[in-house]
Amino acid sequence: MSTPTFANRSIDRRDFLKFSALAGGGLVLGFYLKSAGSAFAAEVVKPATGADFKPNAFIRIAPDGVVTLVSKQPEIGQGIKTSLPMIIAEELEVNWKDVVIVQGDLDAAYGGQSAGGSRSTPNNYNEFHKLGATARTMLVEAAAQTWGVPATECRAASSAVHHAATKRTLGYGELVAKAATLPVPPTADVQLKDPKDYKLLGTRIGGVDNPKIVTGQPLFGLDTKLPGMLYAVYEKCPVFGGKVVSANTDQIKALPGVKDAFIIEGTSNLSGLMPGVAIVADSTWTAFSARKQLKVTWDEGKTANDSWDAFTAKATELSKQPGTATVRKDGDVTAALATAAKTIEAAYSYPFISHASIEPQNCTAVFKDGGFEIWAPSQNPGGAQGAIVSQFGVAKEKVLVHLTRSGGGFGRRLSQDYVVEVAAIAQKLNGAPVKLTWTREDDLRHDQYRAGGFHFLKGGVDTAGKVVAWQNHFVTFGSISAGRGNDTTMALRPGSGAGLDGDQFPSRFLANCLTEQTVMECGIPMGPWRAPGNNVFSFVMQGFIDELAHAGGRDPLELRLELLSQKSGGNYDAARMIAVVKLVAEKAGWNPKKFPRGQGQGIAFHFSHQGYIAQVAEVTVSKEGQVKVDRFVCVCDVGAQIVNLSGAENQVQGSIVDGIGAAMFQELNLERGRITQGNFNEYPMLRMPDAPAQIEVHFLSTNNPTTGLGEPAIPPVAPALCNAIFAACGKRIRQFPLSRTDLRWS
Amino acid sequence: MAKFTLQVNGQSRSVDVAPDTPLLWVLRDSLELVGTKFGCGVGMCGACTLHLNGVPTRGCMTPVSTVGRKQVTTIEGLSADGSHPLQKAWCELDVAQCGYCQAGQIMTAAALLKENPKPGDQDIDDAMAGNLCRCATYLRIRAGIKLAAAHGGGK
Ligand code: FES
Ligand code: FES
Repeated sequence: MSTPTFANRSIDRRDFLKFSALAGGGLVLGFYLKSAGSAFAAEVVKPATGADFKPNAFIRIAPDGVVTLVSKQPEIGQGIKTSLPMIIAEELEVNWKDVVIVQGDLDAAYGGQSAGGSRSTPNNYNEFHKLGATARTMLVEAAAQTWGVPATECRAASSAVHHAATKRTLGYGELVAKAATLPVPPTADVQLKDPKDYKLLGTRIGGVDNPKIVTGQPLFGLDTKLPGMLYAVYEKCPVFGGKVVSANTDQIKALPGVKDAFIIEGTSNLSGLMPGVAIVADSTWTAFSARKQLKVTWDEGKTANDSWDAFTAKATELSKQPGTATVRKDGDVTAALATAAKTIEAAYSYPFISHASIEPQNCTAVFKDGGFEIWAPSQNPGGAQGAIVSQFGVAKEKVLVHLTRSGGGFGRRLSQDYVVEVAAIAQKLNGAPVKLTWTREDDLRHDQYRAGGFHFLKGGVDTAGKVVAWQNHFVTFGSISAGRGNDTTMALRPGSGAGLDGDQFPSRFLANCLTEQTVMECGIPMGPWRAPGNNVFSFVMQGFIDELAHAGGRDPLELRLELLSQKSGGNYDAARMIAVVKLVAEKAGWNPKKFPRGQGQGIAFHFSHQGYIAQVAEVTVSKEGQVKVDRFVCVCDVGAQIVNLSGAENQVQGSIVDGIGAAMFQELNLERGRITQGNFNEYPMLRMPDAPAQIEVHFLSTNNPTTGLGEPAIPPVAPALCNAIFAACGKRIRQFPLSRTDLRWS
Repeated sequence: MAKFTLQVNGQSRSVDVAPDTPLLWVLRDSLELVGTKFGCGVGMCGACTLHLNGVPTRGCMTPVSTVGRKQVTTIEGLSADGSHPLQKAWCELDVAQCGYCQAGQIMTAAALLKENPKPGDQDIDDAMAGNLCRCATYLRIRAGIKLAAAHGGGK
């Protein structure tokens, strides 16, 4: 075993600036990226000397040969801080051990910096190749000029340029001074590497922060500490959006160690600055303790009588009528159902759940001279800046955002509620830095939740077991809100991640297919949760396909392949899906008949975030109804190139265990307008004993753009699991969590 | 407020805090040892796991007034230079995703290996059941413990 190497380590920004200032004469390649749109053509910055160092640079090479690369995307556990720099390093022909990674702050020069929608890789993949290749081209040119030979005779490898004919070599560090004087070549003149020559991409590279993680060094938002920093908590109404009528802030202010306590009026924006009471103290614990004495009278507002049970009853009522909106309609479902050899009906549902990222929401801020500086564990630093700009009416230039590592994201940190809260507190303190820490109870009770939902399905098969009709009435949650983009009309619309579009398989693949939607108005904040929408829609669709396979006496794999071969549409490439489905069946040894009763195999596939994923689950269900997941096999087609094999496999394995955990255990309840659960004792999450013994991950490389892996592997997990449970014991799961279905068998 | 002198990672450290302050917050806010993490505050996630006289303990559930002369070991003090077999195994296998839970995982695993240098699958699952990993890196944690055990992690 090797000792954790600090050679390819990450350094913090302060170190980086220090280091940069010391390393005079370094080659800085700066590339202004157009922040609008994903195709950011590089505009070129003049070559700079050490004195001219600009923080918009991605690449810096020092005379000692150390290569510093900026990671611009937020690191939330998806591994981007390692994988994107690997792309530059590959093209740059630099030894990975010579590379130092620095986390970039929010900076328009880096282009988009939001980590959402599994877009970090596809949005940056091509440009990062060009960044590295451009630098390599200049270093080769510098060597050629030094030797007086044609650049075509020179070759870059292992952090050096080589001239084979004369057996000469110059290390990158030695070429820095010369390269810094050269013009940056136009992108068209830069040759990218042939993928067959890749040395780094597709290999297993450990996360650049690993040495710090395993030794407990400060990295995360909650680890932020500034001189003179104060510590804050923020109490909000347990009913979302409730307003403060009064609070005993005078009494709180008199407590030892408490520096201030005040009411923040807030707004009605459920993902923005909600009303509440802030307590500021000299330590986290002092603030937590003072909060126990806090007494607030709330105006709970009009949702204070809402409950999950009432919504469930209402959804059942609504299911008896047609949906209020037709999402997509192909053919004539009613006629097809009437003539089908066999029809079935089923109701699927799932509850609201929390992101429950292990690091509770937190943020640190200081307000000084009319401007904000914040240290944010955020997936969306540009959004954080924008939220502060619109909430406090300051200019964009007056909001500096530093990015910290995040203890999990899963979509939670795309929202800015905790950011504007600390900004409001900092503004009141006017000058003192302050860190806001949410408790786990705050986090579970004030999430931007994965929406619950209800699906009422009807399907029909012909005498051959072929699916001839499919109808889904989706009853979902939403609020009166503006539409997307320029659509400012206020209407009752589904919440974030709670709308079904007409693209969900098997829509578009069937001649007679109807998708309807009805929205129930609620006051619950909703937000993107890892593969929004898809993470539950796949459970419904792939579960009901299984039901139709059994109704028609068909093998679930064979029926799926038949459905995929019927036709396809939009951006759904059925051929790619067929390939991963066939491969997963082969890798798993698909043969559901071979299992004794009590054991079973289930299959599911799903397309989302440009990824084509198929999975087979194998489970054991005891006679007492206990489920044990024995094995998962997964095949992913996310395009041509896996960037970091270690990180990619970790994402897929994590997605599978996450998907199992969400299906098995997770459930929030709403009573009297509030979430009843407060901590992990009431909100069970999957622990090691419930993780499968074996998860096999295969990547199918196809000639398609390289895309992201943070999300697409999660949607097929729950249906593969539930289909395997049905195969094992004949009990169909149509409701999450699993504990709501009696799985005992005899 | 009251003064306490703690033995942390082999050093004597003095703090002046409320007696009911959990050791977790003393470490994080007063001693600037932030490797021990806050995840739940109620003993349910294990992110705050540290050793008291070698026994894995929840920092969030341990009032500073109860620590006395007991030796406190945090992730920062597990080894001088990140060379504990578990730390090396974690890097070699690239266990972490977000990494937030991993200090707690490693501290729990270190105590397990001390007691049981060659744990079986069931021993590992049992010992680690109190530590949540929201990113669900459980398979690599299991593998990391086995790798460290193979390299004498119990010593
Ligand atoms: S913070 Fe102590 S167990 Fe969760
Ligand atoms: S690595 Fe993120 S919680 Fe464990």
